[in-house]
Parts: sequence; structure tokens; C-alpha cells
Amino acid sequence: MNAMAEPVSIPPPAPPVTANFAVPAAPTVPGEGIGEVAFDIRNFSLWYSAHQALHEISIQIPSKKVTAIIGPSGCGKSTFLRALNRMHELSPGVRIGGDLRLYGEDLYSAKVDATLVRRRVGMVFQKSNPFPTMTIEENVLCGLRLNGVNDRKLLRDRLEESLRMSALWDEVKDHLYRPGTSLSGGQQQRLCIARAIAVRPEVLLLDEPCSALDPIATAKVEELIHELKKDYTIVIVTHNMQQAARVSDRTAFFYMGKLIEYAETRAIFMNPSNPQTEAYVSGRFG
Amino acid sequence: MNSATTTATLLHTAPSGHAWRKFKSRAMSGLMLLSNIAVMTPLFLVLYFLIHEGASSIDWHFFTQLPKPTGEVGGGMANAIVGSLILLGMAACLGVPMGVLGGIYLAEYGTERANYWIRYAADVLNGIPSIVWGMVVYILLVVPFKTFSAYAGGVALGLMMIPLVMRTTEEMLLLVPQGYREAALALGIPRWKIVIVIVVRTAMKGIITGVLVALARVAGETAPLLFTALGNNFWNRNLGEPIAALPLQIFSYAISPYDDWHRQAWAGALVLLGIILSLNIFVRIISRDRKFT
Repeated sequence: MNAMAEPVSIPPPAPPVTANFAVPAAPTVPGEGIGEVAFDIRNFSLWYSAHQALHEISIQIPSKKVTAIIGPSGCGKSTFLRALNRMHELSPGVRIGGDLRLYGEDLYSAKVDATLVRRRVGMVFQKSNPFPTMTIEENVLCGLRLNGVNDRKLLRDRLEESLRMSALWDEVKDHLYRPGTSLSGGQQQRLCIARAIAVRPEVLLLDEPCSALDPIATAKVEELIHELKKDYTIVIVTHNMQQAARVSDRTAFFYMGKLIEYAETRAIFMNPSNPQTEAYVSGRFG
Repeated sequence: MNSATTTATLLHTAPSGHAWRKFKSRAMSGLMLLSNIAVMTPLFLVLYFLIHEGASSIDWHFFTQLPKPTGEVGGGMANAIVGSLILLGMAACLGVPMGVLGGIYLAEYGTERANYWIRYAADVLNGIPSIVWGMVVYILLVVPFKTFSAYAGGVALGLMMIPLVMRTTEEMLLLVPQGYREAALALGIPRWKIVIVIVVRTAMKGIITGVLVALARVAGETAPLLFTALGNNFWNRNLGEPIAALPLQIFSYAISPYDDWHRQAWAGALVLLGIILSLNIFVRIISRDRKFT
């Protein structure tokens, strides 16, 4: 929204990247040929009532890599992220079109339960939100417990594993039974990451996970992202371009609900092929 | 530097009409203080009179004995105190589950259109004079069973509680930040579990507060009990029969011609106020540290 109101001259929208390699029989999808694909998305559109928030997005997101999504406010990057685990279904009046598959399975098929999609695709939010009524231990394990896991040994192991993976174990191991909200902001965000990975999802969606954190806490979370990509496919939305450059393998630039450019992170930042991307990453708008 | 000095001079010289503005500000503050005093005075007058008239009549017998027959001095309101507690318990059994479930529906499930009408209905119900509730329950429960009963009294109070509890429950649930629901959804937890374990649990203190406020509100109701619980000078042995209640006992003693009964009515009023006040104080204590972040 901000970007639209700004009087900065923006280069005219370039033709979609796909057009550059248009092959009539099988159109090339941005990201094709990147190894194992987690999300295979074709012509995905999304409307909030009459307003179209995403326009025909086609993109392939690689497995066990970090993919960053950048773009000015209101460009649809959060909407896109929420579409990946059907979180936007909470908002009334949302319609979608196109095809969105995770490891070949259509996540929007009528047979697929949104709850099960979210078990496979976890999410961490901008504002850390440990459940205020729960202790640190309960927060980490609530995803398992509320999905019917009662095995005490498994829960105990999973607790330590998840907290170690989120680099929080050493800081909280002596007070696991204090409220989750008693931790500092950065620790709370890592607790939320521990909570999300405790259910062992295949994908972790991070919606501006560091925007409320100080630089030291941010550095810790970024380090953590590097660790986590060994086991998880990670998609991170960020406003901070340096962060995208630091943590991601591939970067997608969204503008006004469209995917403008998608490439290796290095290519996006050093040698963008689209003038709009170039203008954005060099700080000329957005 | 230059601009800084200009700002300073601007701030340090009083603009024209400054004294008049200051006077208006003082006058308004004074008016507000006065209206606060006007609100507080009746409260303290009520407390003063109740304690002045009632405290001397409160003794151990008042809490342990039944009312004495007409003409005999002494006796107490033990049956009315217990009766009031029983009626409140029955009212809670009806009003709390229905009110809380209704509030959960409004906050978590209802469509905008349905919610509009339900809220509207609840607000109208909240405004219905309490004697009307008594009449409705009289027709529904007293006439068909041909007897006044504790059940009828409990139902009348319980029905009054439903809209009160429903609206406060809804408000408390809506105060729970959306972020917690989203975080729980992202863990793949089914919706109904999220509502119970995350949302309701987070808002629990607020919901309990609402329930207690509703109880305090109906505890003093006399009118809905006149045609339902009726009142009773003895212990109630069967909830299908009339039962004594403090407000009813106060009412019948206060309109009697005997001085001793008048004293007891004051004492009963003091005890009733004590019950309601302690409910309210309890509410203040539990809602003191209610925050969600």
C-alpha cells in the first residue's frame, strides 16, 4: 500500500519473467531445475472479496533450502506465505485460483483438511506469541499434546531436541516450568520456533520473524535459520534486504501482487535482471 | 540554533487568552470532581444507614435461627441465607453453561449476520425488567406444576444471568489476541481444541469475573422471586417447594408492622450487601492482573 502511494517513479512493469522463455507447450516455471522441489505453484491467484491480492504466481520453492520473499509493504508477500499453509482461510471472503502443490500433493484439494496441511507446514509470526497460560515446557509440547501425543518419553525427548535445535536449551533448561512469557523478546521468538518445530513439520514459514527483535537476538535467529535448513524447507518473508541476503539461498521479489523476479539470492542482489528488482534492492523505492 | 531559540520563546511566552483558558480548565476539573462526589455520596449514605441500623441486630442467632412466629422477639434468617445461596447455585447451573457457550459461539463461530441478531436479543433481554422474568417463569413452571418452588426461583435468576454472562464472555474472548489463535492453527491443532485450551483458558479470569458480576447482580433480585420462590419461614426440605431468600425475607419484614422485624430487615439487607460486596471484591482481586501479552 505504501509503495503505491509514493511518488517515486517506478519503471513500467516488465513482462512476466516466464514470457522471456515462452515455450508454448510447457511454460517454464520460475525456479525450474533447482533440484528437489517442495512447493510447486502454478498460476496461483488470491482475492480478498473483490480485491485481487496475488496475480497468477508461478514459482517452485526448493526443498531444504531457505527461500526469502522480499518486496514493499502491501505487495502480497505475507498473503502468499499464508496461502502456503491455508492460514488466510481465517479471513472472510477469500477466494483462490490456480494450483499449489507440496511434494506433488494438491494442498487445496477438497479432500485435504486444512488442519493436516498446517501440521506439515508450520509457521512463526512477526510478533512472538507464546501462549500466556502455559509454561515453557507446555508451549513447546502443546502442538504434540493437543494432537493426541501422550507418550511421556517421546514428549521429553522432543522437548529437549526442539529447544536445542532452536538454540534455547542452555538458557531455559533450569526453568522449564516458568511461564513462556517470562522470557525476553528474542528468547520468546526462539521459543515459538521450538514450538513450531516440535511437531516436526516439513516446511517452516517465517513471517518477518526478526522485525521485533534487537540486532543480537536477530543474529541468533538468523544463525538458527542456517542450522534449521538442514532439516526443513524454510520460506521467510522479510522487510530487511540485508537479512534476505544473509540467510537465503533463493530470493523472490514481489511487487503489487505479482512475482517480478525469482533467482539465486546472489543474482537478485548483485545482478538483477529486472529493472524493478534493481530499483528495489538498491533502495530506490519501497 | 536559531530555530531552537524561536521555539523556546514561543513556548515560554503565554499566548493571549491564556488566563481564560486556564480558568476554563480549572472550572471543568471542578465540575467533574463534583459529579464524582455526587455519585459517591449515595453509596456511602447507603452503607452508613445499613451499618447504623443493621449492625446492632446481627448476632450469632441471626445466622443460625429460623424466623420466630409473629409476636415473639428474636430469631434469625438462617433459612433465607441458605435459601439465597441455593437459588444462586441453581441459577449458576443454568446461566453459566448457557451463557459461556453462547459467548463462545458469538466470539468464535457465529456469522456476522447471526451475531448481530443474537447480540441484539441479548441486549434487549438485559434490559427487561426483572419482574417480567418472574411472570414468565410463573407461567412456565409455577402454573403447570401448581406450586411455587425453589426450581422456579433458580430458573428465573438463571435466565436473567444468561445474557449477562454471554456478553461478558464474548467480550473477554474477543480480547484474546488473534496471534494466539493463529499460532495454534499453525501447529495443526483442531479448531475446537484451540477454542477450549488456548482461547477460553487465556480469557478464563475475565470469564469468571463476568460470571461473578452476573451472580452479584441477580443475588439482590426480589421481583423475579416473588412469583416463583415465594419465600418460606422454615427450612426448605424439597426444592419442589417454596424456598426462603434474603431479598424476599427483607421485603416481607420491611413492610411488616413490627419494630423487631424492621430491625431484622436492616440486618438482612446488611448481610445481603455484604455477600454482594464480597463477590465484587473477589472480582477485583482476580481481575487485577488480567493481561494477555
